[in-house]
Amino acid sequence: MKRKEFLKHAIPAAMLPFFIDGMRFQAYAATPMLKAIAQASAKNGRVFVLIQLNGGNDGLNTVIPLDQYSTLSAARNNILIPDTKVLKLNGINGTGLHPSMTGLQTLFNNKKLNIVQAVGYPNPSFSHFRATDIWHTASDSNQYINSGWAGRYLEDLYTGFPVGYPSSSDPDPLAISIGYSVSTALMGPNANTGMAITNPSSFYQLVNGTVDPAPNTPAGHELTYVRLILQQTQAYNTTIKAAAQSVSNKATYPSNNTLADQLKIVANLIAGGLKTPIYTVSIGGFDTHSNQVNATGGNETGSHADLWKKVSDAITAFQTDCEQLGVADRVAGMTYSEFGRRIKSNDSRGTDHGAAAPLIVFGTQVNPTIIGNNPNIPSTVSVNDNIPMQYDFRQVYASVLVDWFQTPISTTDSTVLNKHFDTLPIFKQGLGIDVLQVNSQQIQLLQNYPNPFKTITQIDFWTTGGRVQLYLYDHRGQLIQTLLDEERPKGANTYILEGSNLPPGNYYYQLVAGATQLGRPLVKQ
Amino acid sequence: MQRRDFIASLLTEDPKAKPVSAEQFQNQTLPTHLNLGVANISNYTGAWSDAQVKHLLRRTLFGFNRSDIAFFKSMSMSDAVDYILNVPSSAPNPPVNGYNNANITDPDIPSGQTWVNGPDNNNLTAQRRLSLYSWSMQQVLGPDRHIREKMTVFMHNHFATEVDNVGSPILAYRHHKLLRDNCVGNFKNLVKSVTSDLAMLIYLNGYVNSKTAPDENYARELMELFTLGKSADSQYTEDDVKTAAKVLTGFRINFSTLNGFFDSNAHDTTNKTFSSFFNNTTITGKTGQAGAGETDELINMIFTKEDVVARHVVRQLYRYFVYYVIDSNIETNVIIPLADIFKMNWEIKPVLSTLFKSAHFYDNNNVGCYIKNPLDVYASFIKQCQIQMPVNPVEDVHTSHLLIWQLAAASGMNLGNPPNVSGWPAYYQDPQYHELWLNSDSLPKRIQYVVALMIGVNYATGKKIQADLIAFAKLCSDPSDPNVLIQETIDLFYAMDISTTQKTGLKQSTLLFGQTNDIYWINAWNDHIANPNDSAKKTTVNNGLLLMVKYLLDLAEHQLA
Repeated sequence: MKRKEFLKHAIPAAMLPFFIDGMRFQAYAATPMLKAIAQASAKNGRVFVLIQLNGGNDGLNTVIPLDQYSTLSAARNNILIPDTKVLKLNGINGTGLHPSMTGLQTLFNNKKLNIVQAVGYPNPSFSHFRATDIWHTASDSNQYINSGWAGRYLEDLYTGFPVGYPSSSDPDPLAISIGYSVSTALMGPNANTGMAITNPSSFYQLVNGTVDPAPNTPAGHELTYVRLILQQTQAYNTTIKAAAQSVSNKATYPSNNTLADQLKIVANLIAGGLKTPIYTVSIGGFDTHSNQVNATGGNETGSHADLWKKVSDAITAFQTDCEQLGVADRVAGMTYSEFGRRIKSNDSRGTDHGAAAPLIVFGTQVNPTIIGNNPNIPSTVSVNDNIPMQYDFRQVYASVLVDWFQTPISTTDSTVLNKHFDTLPIFKQGLGIDVLQVNSQQIQLLQNYPNPFKTITQIDFWTTGGRVQLYLYDHRGQLIQTLLDEERPKGANTYILEGSNLPPGNYYYQLVAGATQLGRPLVKQ
Repeated sequence: MQRRDFIASLLTEDPKAKPVSAEQFQNQTLPTHLNLGVANISNYTGAWSDAQVKHLLRRTLFGFNRSDIAFFKSMSMSDAVDYILNVPSSAPNPPVNGYNNANITDPDIPSGQTWVNGPDNNNLTAQRRLSLYSWSMQQVLGPDRHIREKMTVFMHNHFATEVDNVGSPILAYRHHKLLRDNCVGNFKNLVKSVTSDLAMLIYLNGYVNSKTAPDENYARELMELFTLGKSADSQYTEDDVKTAAKVLTGFRINFSTLNGFFDSNAHDTTNKTFSSFFNNTTITGKTGQAGAGETDELINMIFTKEDVVARHVVRQLYRYFVYYVIDSNIETNVIIPLADIFKMNWEIKPVLSTLFKSAHFYDNNNVGCYIKNPLDVYASFIKQCQIQMPVNPVEDVHTSHLLIWQLAAASGMNLGNPPNVSGWPAYYQDPQYHELWLNSDSLPKRIQYVVALMIGVNYATGKKIQADLIAFAKLCSDPSDPNVLIQETIDLFYAMDISTTQKTGLKQSTLLFGQTNDIYWINAWNDHIANPNDSAKKTTVNNGLLLMVKYLLDLAEHQLA
C-alpha cells in the first residue's frame, strides 16, 4: 500500500540542547597529563563509602576523653558514660569509645580504624539543613555553593558527564546513594553524578527483575508496565544487576539495622566488580535533644547507645564482608554528621546542637591512630560552650581526594574544594607514589613517611629542576626551621628529617619551588 | 549561546538518539481480562468530589492547577462538562513573527505581526514552521478551561498531516485552524472541509489527482482512516477506493496565491459506480465546475454507512479519552449507544457530553489507567506547578514555547508532524496502544525533561523556564505540615495514591532532611516564612521541596492520568 512519500528531514528527535541551571564548560586547572593520571588511579577500583549520621552526633559520648573525665562529669553528669564502661583502645591512653561500639573497638585494635578529633569549620552553623549543606558542598560557613564536593570531583574525573554516559569504557554509575534521594554531596556542577537505589527492597527487585505488585485493574496493568520499563531503563540497571548477581555477601549482617542493610548492598556491588568509586549511605536519629540515655538502666543505654551499636555493628559486618570478599584493601569509608553537640547536657538527658565532633575512618588502608588531641573540657561549662575545631572537615576531604583517590592537589584545590586544605595522615602513607612517579613534569610534595614519627621521617618531593626551599612550621604557623634551600635536580627528591629534638605535636612542612608552594602536615609523637 | 545558535541546535539531529525496544513488556494481546468498569452511558450519579473533578480534567484538558479544580468543583458535574465542551467561537489570534533576530529579519512581516496572511517566503519557511509549532504550544499551555486543545490534537491525529510535507507554513496554519475551529462541531462538515483543504490536498496528493492517472492516496485514507475505518463491518472494496479517487480528480492549487481551484479538464467526468457495500450507488459524472460537487455526493454516500462511520469515530474518541481496551461489552454498551447519538446529526458535542457525564467514565476502573502522551506530561507539569511561561516580548514567547514543543517532539510526539497519515501509533496500534508512548528512550526523557523544567531550563541566554516550588508549596492547605504537603502534591500529580511506607520514606529523606520528626520541616518552613529574605532559610526549604517533587516525578505513577 502506497501511503505517501516519506520526506524525512528537518525534525530532530534527539538529545535536547537545553541548559540546566548552573551548567558550564569546565576549564581544567590541571594539565591533561595530570588528569589522565588521576583518572587511571581513581578508576583503579578504590572505593570510598560516606556514612552520614543525620541529626548531629554527640561526639563527646562517642569518642570519650577520659583524661577530661572530671570536668566532663561536671558538664554532663546526667548523660555521662561510666568511665569503667568506656571501651579501651590499644596503645591509647586517655581516649575510649562508647560501650556499644565494641565492633569499632576491635577494628581499631586490629589497625583498621582511624579517628580524627574535633572536625568542624570556622563559624559553625547550628541549623541541620545549613550545616548539612556546608558539609555536602564543602563551602565556607558564609558561602553558598550549588554543587556537592564529591559531585565536583566526579565530574572532573569523568569528562563531559552526563553526555555519553554510561559508555563502554565507563559502564558503571559514578556514585550510588542508597536512599530515597541522591545525596546532595553528589550533585555535580552539570548533573547529579549519583543514582539512587531507593531502598533495599527495590534493589532486590531490580536484581530479581520484579516490581511492586499493582492491583488487577487497568491502572494496575499500566502501572506494572511503566515500572518494568522504568526498571529496565535505569541507565545503569544492567551493570548493577550483573554485579549484584555475580557474588554473594559472605559476612553475616545484623538484622533490624537499616545501615547494615545499606552497607550489605554496597559490599555486594563492590565485590561484584562495579567500578563506582563513591557510595553514600545514611542513618538518622542522632538529633538527641532528649532521652539520649535511658532514665534507668545506666547512661550507657538509650537511643544514642542503640544508634552507635547499629553503626558499629554495621561497619564491622561490612568490613568483615569486604575482607572475605577480597576487596578490603581498596575500600575505605567514614562517618560524618552535620555537627557535634553541646558540651553541657540539658535537663531532659539530651544535648543540643553543637560544633566540632570526631569522625571515624575505617578500612585496612587507614593510618590506625587518633589524629588530634582530646578536646579540652573547661572546669566550668556554660550552656553555650562548644568543642572548638581542631581540623577543618575539608582537610578530611582533601585527604580522601589526594591520598585515597590520588587526585592532583591542584585539582583538589581549584576544582573540588575551591581552595587549598592541608591533608591529614588519615591513610597509610605511600599509597599513591606509584602513580605520582609517572608525573615527572610536575612539582609535587608527598606525605612524609612514617607519619606520625618519633625520630626520623622521609619527605619526598618532585620538582621541575632549580632552586627549592623546604620549610618546617609549627601548628601556629611559626617558622621552626629551614630544612633545605638549594638547587635540586628535576624529578624525584628526598629529604630525611631528623626530628628527635622536636617537641611532640602537629607541624606543617612547605615546599617552595619558584612560584609553586605546597604544604603538608606532619605529626611528631 | 545566541538565539540563532539555540534555534540551530534545535534542528541538529543526534545520531545516537535511537529508541530502544520495550516490546518484551508491552501487551502481546489486548488485556481484555481487566475489569473495565460498569459499561453504562447513563448519567453518573455518584459523588462529585476532587477525585472525579480531577479525573475529568486530566482527560479533557492539557493540565490544570488547583484553582481549576476549585472552579469546576463548585459546579455540578453536568455543568462542569457543559462548561468544558462550550468551546469559544472566536479563534485564537494567529501566530506572529517572534523569530526576528540579529541574523534573520522578515522583510515583509514586522516583529509581532502575523505572517499567516502571506505571502510565503521560502527563506523563512523553517522559521515560520517553528513559529507555528510554538504557537500551537501557546494554545496547549494557555489558561483555557475548555476541551478545545485536546480536541484539536484529536483531530490532528485523526486527519493527520505533516507540516514538513505540506511545505507552506501558511497552508499548514490554515489546516490547523480548520481543525481547531471545528474541533467540537459537525464531523461530517469537517470531513468535507478537510477534503478540499489545501494542506490535505498536498499531503495526500489530491492536488495532482487527475483523470489520466488517478491518485488513490486521499480516497483510501478518507475511507480507511477518516470515516469508515477497517473494522469487520467496514466492507468497502479496493474498487471503491479507485472509484472514489476518480470522483476526487481535478482539485488544484495556485501556489503563488495559495488558493485552491477546480480544474475541470483534469476531472474524470465518467459515471462512478460503487460496490454493493454502498448499495451500488452511482455518482453521475459532471463537467465543468459542477464536477467539484461530486465530492459532496461521495461523502454523503459514505455517511449513509452511518453505523460504520459513527462507531469508527466513537472508538477513536473512546481510545483518546478513556482507555484503549474495547471488549464486546464496552462495544455493545458504550460504543454503539454513543455512535447512535453521533449518527443522528454528526455533531461531536452530544457524544462527548454523554461520555463525560456517564457512569462508565467515572468508574474507578477507568481512573489512572491512561498513559499520558508527551503533551500531557509537560503541559500538566507546567500547569500543576504554575510555571510562568513568558508573555512578552514576542521573541521570548516564541522561543520558550518552542522549547516545550521540542521536549514533546523528542519524547515521541512531534506536534505538527505525526509519524504518518495514520497519526500516532499509540491511538491505533493494536494491541499495545498507549503503551507505545513509553520505551527505554522516551521514558527516561519524560522524567529528565520534567525535572529540568522544575530546576530551570534556559530557552535563551539568561532566560529560563523554572518552577517556583516555594510558591507551589504555598498553594497547599498547610505547607508547614510535611504530611499535608506530600499528600496534596500526590493528589495533584497522580491519579492514585502511593503506600504509606513510601510516603514516610519520602518525607524523611526529603522534607525532614534524613530525620524522623515532622518538627524539622515545620521549623524550616516557619523559619522561612518568618524570614522571607533570608536566602539560607529559603534555600533549605527549596532544597527539601526539590527533592520531594523530584522523587514524585521519578515514580511510575506520574506517567498515568
